[in-house]
Amino acid sequence: MKTADFLSLTGSSLLAHRLRSLLTALGIAVGIGAVVLLTSIGEGLQQFVLAQFTQFGTTIVAVNPGKATTAGTSAGVFGTERPLTIEDAIALEQLPYARAVVPFVQGNAAVEYAGLSRRTTIYGAGPAMPEAFRMAVAIGGFLPEDDPTAPRALAVLGSKLRGELFRDENSLGRRITIAGSRFRVVGVMAAKGTVLGFDLDDTVYIPAARAMSLFNVNGLIEIDVMYDEDTKVETVVEGIRRVLTARHGRDDVTITTQQQMLDVLGGVLDVLTFAVAAIGSVSLLVGAIGIVTIMTIAVNERRNEIGLLRALGARQSQVLSLFLGEAIVLAAAGGLAGLLLGTGLGQLLQFAIPALPVQPSLFYVVLAESIAITIGLLAGVLPARRAARLDPVEALRAE
Amino acid sequence: MIELSHIDRHFQVGDQRVKALDDINLHIGAGEYVSIMGPSGSGKSTLLNLIGLLDRPSAGSYRLDGTDVTALSDVEQAQVRNSQIGFVFQMFHLVPRLTAAENVALPLLLAGMTAEARQPLVASALEALGMADRSHHRPEQLSGGQRQRVAIARATVTKPRVLLADEPTGNLDQKAGGDVLAILEGLVDAGITLIMVTHDPAMGGRAQRQLAMRDGRLVSDEQGSPHGDP
Repeated sequence: MKTADFLSLTGSSLLAHRLRSLLTALGIAVGIGAVVLLTSIGEGLQQFVLAQFTQFGTTIVAVNPGKATTAGTSAGVFGTERPLTIEDAIALEQLPYARAVVPFVQGNAAVEYAGLSRRTTIYGAGPAMPEAFRMAVAIGGFLPEDDPTAPRALAVLGSKLRGELFRDENSLGRRITIAGSRFRVVGVMAAKGTVLGFDLDDTVYIPAARAMSLFNVNGLIEIDVMYDEDTKVETVVEGIRRVLTARHGRDDVTITTQQQMLDVLGGVLDVLTFAVAAIGSVSLLVGAIGIVTIMTIAVNERRNEIGLLRALGARQSQVLSLFLGEAIVLAAAGGLAGLLLGTGLGQLLQFAIPALPVQPSLFYVVLAESIAITIGLLAGVLPARRAARLDPVEALRAE
Repeated sequence: MIELSHIDRHFQVGDQRVKALDDINLHIGAGEYVSIMGPSGSGKSTLLNLIGLLDRPSAGSYRLDGTDVTALSDVEQAQVRNSQIGFVFQMFHLVPRLTAAENVALPLLLAGMTAEARQPLVASALEALGMADRSHHRPEQLSGGQRQRVAIARATVTKPRVLLADEPTGNLDQKAGGDVLAILEGLVDAGITLIMVTHDPAMGGRAQRQLAMRDGRLVSDEQGSPHGDP
């Protein structure tokens, strides 16, 4: 039998029962639509979260004081570990593959200028921060390379804070007061937006040593090391551990690579996407049962036709493929409609809630259509085999 | 051409074994016009189905043109049905969703012929039966007599050597039945081998050779006059 004839025979029997075929295909369409929509949301969420993290670059290792232990509380509570200091950061700069080392202190304080006051997040940082975190300075410059242990009282403003305090006024060179101390503004950062709820534009960056004395703390909360892309991350971690162990007398820091964070996060989000796909698959299963039902009915109704085809010289395999073909066409058409349905609803959702990223994943789209066709094949096998094995004499005699 | 020797065919019905055919020995030559008569349940349809390779004998041998066709595989038997045997049924058995032309084209399509190649064959088969102007009608738009003509066109489009007809006029009125019979007899004149099952003695009596069956056995085999003028 020629392919074109095969398709037209299959098509004609599906068209002979338009409503029935439509409803059966709809069952698959709803299932595929659900899978596509849910995985699109899952995938969108994943890409959104990963983008939030990787915007700072992936060649960063974070060093935090204290050992992360399984006891639940940081050992630091008991004060047995040594704090991370500016000197530790300076020592880490000596590592050959360390391109930028940024000491970090964070706190909240009121920032005042010309009678205006705004309580905001203060970051104590080092001059290498823009390079390490791919942040751009919009006006002026970032904190200069002063003596890290005794830097000048200079400040760089986040773009939002600058707007709030200075309006249209020029801020460069002006003196602001942070928690009672005076700082001179040397630069304004480019807008960066919020990351996971933190507004990076509503901040002030000051030298880490200044921030430590401002907040009266004796240690940094973190040192970030940006390393050469050519260097293996294990080498970097090993190097940092060696330097700090030598300085502290023992290994009392926690080192987290960006890649570790991404891996964990990606793993969690993968499971999430897979889980919603599984939920959608339940409706696919229901659709598959619909196909089995309809094809079983069709074989029963068309026993005469099957007997006739056999009498006219159709082989068992031809009868089998005709009915299998019908099941597959039903499922594939339903699958295509489901793809349109799912992506359409996704677009609609994106339009309605712009904050929720919807990203149709090509992988899942192809997978969904392949699954639809496979479902048609599986659902069609039993009825089609029954059709092929009918005794032609019995089949011709059926009422 | 058709040689049946010691053919048995039994069915298991419950715990009873029913002999539908019992030691049938029959030889039918090419171009013969044979009627098989008998009461219902006498095995005449079973014999026809067996000759048409829709059924296999429980015992005995069936040679078609010298080949033992009972030994053929399912695929080979399908091939023989497709190319050498035409069926005409009491219930017409047209596919309701296909037009007359599409129904006639079915055996050619199953054999893998392209649409271009089969188009003239289908047209001439319909033409020969006076159905050319109805080729795009669906079965439901045709009368009983017209439907049977389409069915005959379908049975003859492959130019088979044997035409098997099971009560071909059973669902037709007097007039249409007479027309259909005339068409079948016309095919005999053109050289086809016609084997027709009927329970109507008036119809069966028209055949050159008349077989009678009872309880699965051939009980008489008579040569009548051609086209049996009464």
